[in-house]
Amino acid sequence: MTQAAQAVPETATLAAEPSGSRRRRGRTGYLLMLPATLWLLLFFVVPFYSLVATSLFDASGSDFRGYEMTYAWGNYVDVVEAYWQPFLRSLWYAALATGICLVLGYVLAYAIAFKAGRWKWLLLVLVIAPFFTSFLVRTLSWQLILSDEGFVVDALQFLRVLGPDDRLLATPVAVVAGLAYNFLPFMVLPLFASLDKIDPRLVEASSDLYAHPFVGFWKVTWPLSLPGVVSGTLLTFIPAAGDYINAEFLGSTNQRVIGNVIQGQFIDANNSPVAAALSVLLMVLIVAMVLVYVRRAGTEELL
Amino acid sequence: MTAWLRERMVLLLGLGVLAYTFVPIAVVVLMSFNEPAARNVYSFDGFTLHNWANICEDAAMCEALGLSLRIGFLATLVATVLGTLAGFALVRHDFAGRSSANLLIFLPMAAPEIVLGSSLLTLFVAAGASGLLGFWTILIAHIMFCLSFVVVTVRSRLAGLDDTLEQAAADLYATPAQTFWRVTFPLVLPGILGAALLSFSLSFDDFIITNLNSGNETTFPMYVWGAYRVGVPMQVNVIGTIMLLFSLAVVVTGELVSRRRRRALV
Repeated sequence: MTQAAQAVPETATLAAEPSGSRRRRGRTGYLLMLPATLWLLLFFVVPFYSLVATSLFDASGSDFRGYEMTYAWGNYVDVVEAYWQPFLRSLWYAALATGICLVLGYVLAYAIAFKAGRWKWLLLVLVIAPFFTSFLVRTLSWQLILSDEGFVVDALQFLRVLGPDDRLLATPVAVVAGLAYNFLPFMVLPLFASLDKIDPRLVEASSDLYAHPFVGFWKVTWPLSLPGVVSGTLLTFIPAAGDYINAEFLGSTNQRVIGNVIQGQFIDANNSPVAAALSVLLMVLIVAMVLVYVRRAGTEELL
Repeated sequence: MTAWLRERMVLLLGLGVLAYTFVPIAVVVLMSFNEPAARNVYSFDGFTLHNWANICEDAAMCEALGLSLRIGFLATLVATVLGTLAGFALVRHDFAGRSSANLLIFLPMAAPEIVLGSSLLTLFVAAGASGLLGFWTILIAHIMFCLSFVVVTVRSRLAGLDDTLEQAAADLYATPAQTFWRVTFPLVLPGILGAALLSFSLSFDDFIITNLNSGNETTFPMYVWGAYRVGVPMQVNVIGTIMLLFSLAVVVTGELVSRRRRRALV
């Protein structure tokens, strides 16, 4: 019953259709689909429209006096000028964390898929288990582990990796480590889903044909696991780019990310148009990067 | 020795990664038994059972916890029902706009939480409901982001279902309703329960979307966020440990039950 675990690998196939059995025509399908569709239209699609509208309001208004719709495209220029740094930082941290997750997650998913034998299900449960301890509580416990008096800093100082006054907490290293830790299951599950489908006989065939195990991996296993790699990296990168809990708990003001800025502009500064413009921009950037990435990954697959 | 190592190197490395994911969890469990010397110093100072015996020492924490549990249950209930219906529609029924429906289900999972949260906030403000931000707006938001995860979980369970059992039921003159309730539904049930567990943990854990749409209400993650500058009470770790044990128990029991049933079938 690792159904919960299967939800994430299922998104591996992105919007692809599951191959169902015979489908019935008629009204029932519409009726079954209606409530969920309505909910998502009302509370996902319409809100996105109002987000875009808000981003074009005259920024000199306020949440109390109200805003005027002036198609203020200038808002976008202003936010880019003011906040390009946290923007790049968010994307950069998310990319680094995704890279780390890919390496760690691949090893783990590979071990579970090919080497765990009858313990496969137990290891999968263990992968999602940390998921169930509150995200914020987990991140706080990273704060403790990386703190100046913690054993990690002590050990690194003893090994002279860190100088006596160097620290981990409140550095980009801590933020990226926290992101990589928190989103690791999003990488492992889709990777596992594609690795588990690979027929081991294909790898055996490559070694029968005298391919070195590394060549066998590179020419057989890796290409076949690419769908998992693509969806795993997306499922890690996207939430990591919007996250600000790690930056807040593990970083300092020098590691402020775009999520920090957006929520601050909404809640503390009551400056909805600026916050909305930042949100739209983040979404557009992510969609653009995802499209370029998926296309490149697609062509690699063809090579 | 080296052959043994080479044979198992990948497995050992994998287990190493798994162990790494449990380091912070071990710290959470350990800290639940901590007797802190001062509230703003977060370090292990001595062993005590005090936190476990007095979970609600900080009334504000338990109030926040209560809100999170209520929201979690309601959001799970609604999202599971709506999501299961949609899952059946997508796998078993043919209707115009199926692929757009699939896309609509997929998109909320692909958008960063901060974008989902700020979109909803601008909608509530535009609708003149900014004064009503609170329980109901949190609930609406949670149902929205849990829904897609329920649909994909139920959809994958249904799509992987072998329909020979249903055909057999029909051959034995079961009515469509009987076939559904006696055969199809029990087979899909583990998927639905898994989806419910997933929704509950997503809802219980959410901070970013909730924080934007909560008005004056405080959920458990929001409490932790607000308390961390002054030092969180150690009971927070007790809650984290209980959550972990509870969900592990649910998952392991579910696996054992479905194994026994599978064995009984064979």
